Amino acid sequence: MAETKPVLMQGNEACAMGAISAGVRFYAGYPITPSTEVAEIMAAKLPEIGGVFIQMEDEIASMAAVIGASIGGMRTLTATSGPGFSLKQENLGYAIMAEIPCVVVNVQRMGPSTGVPTAPAQGDVMQARWGTHGDHPIIVFSPSSVYETYYLTIAAVNLSQKLRQPVIMLLDEVIGHMREKVFIPEAGKLLVEKSSDQIPSDWKPYDEKGLTPLVPFGFGHYYHVTGLFHDQYGFPTGDPPHVERALDRLHAKLEKYRDEIVLTNYIGHKEPRVAIVAYGCTVRSARSVVKKAYWQDRLPVGLLSLQTIWPFPAREIEALAKQADVIIVPEMNMGQLVGEVERYVCGQAKVVPLNRYDGEMITPDQISELIGRWLS
Amino acid sequence: MQLTQDFLRTKKLPHIWCPGCGNGIVTAALVRAIERAGYDQREVVIVSGIGCSSRAAGYLNFNTLHTTHGRALAFATGLKMARPELTLFVIMGDGDCSAIGGNHFIHSARRNIDLNAIVVNNHIYGMTGGQHSPLTPTGMKATTAPGGTLERAFDLLELAKGAGATFGARGNAAQPRQLEQLITRAAKHKGFSVVEALSPCPIAYGRRNKLGGAVEMLKGMKESSVAVERAAEMDEADLEGKTLNGVLFSNDAPEFSSEYHRMIKKDQG
Repeated sequence: MAETKPVLMQGNEACAMGAISAGVRFYAGYPITPSTEVAEIMAAKLPEIGGVFIQMEDEIASMAAVIGASIGGMRTLTATSGPGFSLKQENLGYAIMAEIPCVVVNVQRMGPSTGVPTAPAQGDVMQARWGTHGDHPIIVFSPSSVYETYYLTIAAVNLSQKLRQPVIMLLDEVIGHMREKVFIPEAGKLLVEKSSDQIPSDWKPYDEKGLTPLVPFGFGHYYHVTGLFHDQYGFPTGDPPHVERALDRLHAKLEKYRDEIVLTNYIGHKEPRVAIVAYGCTVRSARSVVKKAYWQDRLPVGLLSLQTIWPFPAREIEALAKQADVIIVPEMNMGQLVGEVERYVCGQAKVVPLNRYDGEMITPDQISELIGRWLS
Repeated sequence: MQLTQDFLRTKKLPHIWCPGCGNGIVTAALVRAIERAGYDQREVVIVSGIGCSSRAAGYLNFNTLHTTHGRALAFATGLKMARPELTLFVIMGDGDCSAIGGNHFIHSARRNIDLNAIVVNNHIYGMTGGQHSPLTPTGMKATTAPGGTLERAFDLLELAKGAGATFGARGNAAQPRQLEQLITRAAKHKGFSVVEALSPCPIAYGRRNKLGGAVEMLKGMKESSVAVERAAEMDEADLEGKTLNGVLFSNDAPEFSSEYHRMIKKDQG
């Protein structure tokens, strides 16, 4: 991919521009700090390129409108923060069940409730996973830079289209509001998943054999879309074997494309004594510590950063647990993803949480102090 | 007029509705209206919420979207904005539309977006077994108002009008021909149209309120309804306890989706 044109951008802006680059032409949203810039940029840009921006009456309606527009064949995005993300959950579950693509951005702020609207936090990790009811699959990306925000948003749109599955972009206030350099590729150089215009004659909206493309409404394929458990034509069913098969189907598509979905990155010593597992803005502090400790001081440390937090990168954690003695999990919450890390480390390494929940970032000093303690 | 089988998913029948329910009559009126208006099957979309009447979407052979409780109009707004050339009928029940979906209802009216809301009003939550809704008349009984509800009911069409809707009509299951005509007119109207279709629920509403069976309820509905044109000549005393039916209001105002797409074209130069 040719990367030209370095641009100084805000994280929220990178999210909006990434979405537009990936073909998003519909945005519905409701104002909420610290995500509002996404809506403002979409309101300015979309009409210029033939897209639709609509400010809805509430967060619930925004999620609903996005799903409605996706069924009409548009690529869609909505952005919010914790309180709004809570309100979107029911319709998010609908999109998962009905297999309607869409991308939902949650620029996390300090909760619970109204919390500290302008302070960063990583408190919505479990809400992103389990916020809507029932056993549903979900994809959640957690970028650690403005650059990653741009490219992960594109990946989110692509995956969402390909798998007919909602994807969550879990930003935080730091990433959403910081400004950094992003390399914007030249026109035509981006990998954007193309929708298929070849509809097989035996097309079924929820084919038992596996994924089929979404055929938008209005093209003569008269199918039914519902949040009820449904058969391969979309019609409601409560028949136990059908219900089980339908739920398995939702999970199977994520398992099948696991390697495209789960994105992680490791830097540092090949056999670290102390490793850090981080995501989102916390990666930034961890990276600066590991850069110095490993590249400068040659200490046996490493950092596994998770761009994808759900589905959880279980294999990567299992592999890391075989190498590392100690795994530090810094999070700006009271300990959410650390439980999942422990589950897959399974006693093979010591898992040490590092939590901060006062609305401030975890500093490199906090991390290096903890590393020093475990190295000595 | 014979019902067009092409517009029905006959394999999905029989429907789930109770004996005496008016949902079938309202659904049939909708199908006839779509046919009479001459729409192409592929340009019609049926959107519905959650509740008994919203199950109609599953029996109609179009692109059908059975959404979440109260949110049908919000889904429909997204779809209409994405595909303004489609004609959308949004079927909702009284609770679905005016309680949990009340916010979307007034804002759809405010935007005057070209959606055709068919509100099947049986004055009760039927699917959950008979709880009172914002359209249950004061004093009527429900499982959640065993002594009769103290709450006042919305006048749905006044609400729609006040919020900015540009077409409002009321019909009932006892007069299906008129209902069909009202839906046809709503469909032809450009802007947010509301058709309130009064419908009997003998099981969850009539029985508890001693209104008799389906036949008595339909008869009562017919007797208490007065055409708007005739009501204009009647005095207040005569109109006591009567329900107006027909087209209550119809006026012109800019329609949101077409205004928006005109702006887009201008922006693109």
